[in-house]
Amino acid sequence: MTAPILSVKDLKVTFAIHQGKRWPWSPARSLHAVNGVSFDLSQGKTLGIVGESGCGKSTLIRAIAGLVPPSEGQVWLDGAAIDYNNRRDMQTLRRRMQMIFQDPIASLNPRMTIRDIVAEPLIYFRPEMSAADRRNATRDMLDRVGIPERNFNRFPHEFSGGQCQRIGIARALVSAPQILLCDEPVSALDVSTQAQVINLLKDLQAEMGLTLVFVAHDLGVIRHISDDVLVMYMGGVMEKAPASHVVDAPRHPYSQALLSAVPVPDPRVKTTPQVLNGDLPSPIDLPPGCLFQSRCPKRIDACRNVRPALLGSANRQVACLLEDV
Amino acid sequence: MSLLSIRNLNIRFRTGDDYVHAVNDVSFDIAKGQKLAVVGESGSGKSQIAMAIMGLLAPNAEASGEVLYEGQNLLALSQSQLNRIRARDISIIFQDPMSSLNPYMRIERQLGEVVVQHEGLSRRDARKRALEVMEAVQIPDARNRLTAYPHEFSGGMRQRIVIAMALICKPKLILADEPTTALDVTVQAQIMTLLDDIQRDLNTAVMLITHDLGVVAGFCEDTLVLYGGRVMEEAPTLDLFDGPGHPYTRGLLRAVPNISDATATLAAIPGSPPNQTRPPVACPFAPRCVDVRDACLEALPDLTGSRQKRACIRPVEELT
Repeated sequence: MTAPILSVKDLKVTFAIHQGKRWPWSPARSLHAVNGVSFDLSQGKTLGIVGESGCGKSTLIRAIAGLVPPSEGQVWLDGAAIDYNNRRDMQTLRRRMQMIFQDPIASLNPRMTIRDIVAEPLIYFRPEMSAADRRNATRDMLDRVGIPERNFNRFPHEFSGGQCQRIGIARALVSAPQILLCDEPVSALDVSTQAQVINLLKDLQAEMGLTLVFVAHDLGVIRHISDDVLVMYMGGVMEKAPASHVVDAPRHPYSQALLSAVPVPDPRVKTTPQVLNGDLPSPIDLPPGCLFQSRCPKRIDACRNVRPALLGSANRQVACLLEDV
Repeated sequence: MSLLSIRNLNIRFRTGDDYVHAVNDVSFDIAKGQKLAVVGESGSGKSQIAMAIMGLLAPNAEASGEVLYEGQNLLALSQSQLNRIRARDISIIFQDPMSSLNPYMRIERQLGEVVVQHEGLSRRDARKRALEVMEAVQIPDARNRLTAYPHEFSGGMRQRIVIAMALICKPKLILADEPTTALDVTVQAQIMTLLDDIQRDLNTAVMLITHDLGVVAGFCEDTLVLYGGRVMEEAPTLDLFDGPGHPYTRGLLRAVPNISDATATLAAIPGSPPNQTRPPVACPFAPRCVDVRDACLEALPDLTGSRQKRACIRPVEELT
């Protein structure tokens, strides 16, 4: 196996909560959004991150991008640890890692033409480039994502959601980064345009040798684009395996419940969703045992006290005590 | 006789000097106890049809045609006449449960208000009824949660309350406008199971508006496909999935990433949704259609067929 281009080691993100304090000087409580996530990602591969709202999947990739400060753990880029407080490190990081966002229109500056939006990263990352070269690079990139040149002087509001997402992709990729972080890039789009954007991302990945970290809540999309999948719950990783393994034969009780709930677009298939009872634990005071134990249909007594580690072979890792038995 | 019959419905919105033609010459029927899915992408006009039925169109909207409920044209009724039909005969569930509940009102009052208004119940009886429907939609510990405010519930529980509110007068028709789009899959599964149970118990007709073909497959026996404010295809769900008769329906079904089959590329529909500032004079899907012919750009195709109706001039056998 080649050395990973991106390594995340025991990453934790906590937010200080000032709400509900009795006194102004009482210590703030902490909300645990991401609880020790680790993974390695090789160049050219796609890691899918899936989970329900509030599971910490977006916070995780925001932390990797340096948009929220990680509280513990490390991120290694091409064999070097990143210091998120060091400006030089952050410049390197941004040059090599770009991001696309969920709301395609809100992530573009409404007062800039799309030509300027896509050219802007080049001004920062490739200052040596001449204006003419920059113009050409911008044109090539927008052309590649399928925006016709007659529309280059238009503003974001003049485009549809699918087109804006393609402009967002052009902006992220114009400076030729190695890693693209995708935060639910297709969940705001209709199915027909969603397919366009997914296909475009896959094509660009093949052409540029991009490494993708792809967050989504739609398991169909995740299955389609990912090599490996992380299933997250309450900020922790429940299962990590190749996409086909997770979808065809999930091992963790949470992955099983999640998959059983996915509606199948075939009227002859009758699905019987497994209903999860119980409530999500509070992310402020995490329970000592397994993060999923309050809703787990297969809970045993030990689950209350022991937080299972993510164990297994390189091909499949599951964080469940029942796996050891 | 059908419960609701929509005839040549047109809805346009005035924007400055222009109009946006959201719904164009749409006709369909809903029978008693029928579950009909209305499928389309954003901008296809599916929500506006529901708003027209409820008399909730925006002030800049102009609707023509007929929305016949038990023989009565709802478009011609005044707001106070409509109030006698709303909730008791037809009710609606919106997409976002938080914004369809009043944040300042306790659940008990919010639910009770419907029966006080529409059935003239006393506060005391209304409270009793509120508790009964909360239990019917399986809200745990309903008795103690009656006095809670909407923000004290999770998204799924809020949607259950909205469903309870829609059901409280036992309507004959429920319009569900993307009821699970804002929810996670596990919660979505619970809500759809609940809707299915209720529908079977009360034999209520349901018009389910959605863009999720997976939800349609699991819930509705009939499906209507909209594009650019026009009906592209209307058929029993099984037939539609087995042999989609319109190029748009075909494209839509192929574009869904299937969880059990990750083939290399998804079949995307090229192009963008139509500009609706003019009423369509030709098939609205023609600019994106893979099977387009010159004739497609010249005239509006009629919706033809008996069991599986389709608006396409090309025979099914010729489609790719």
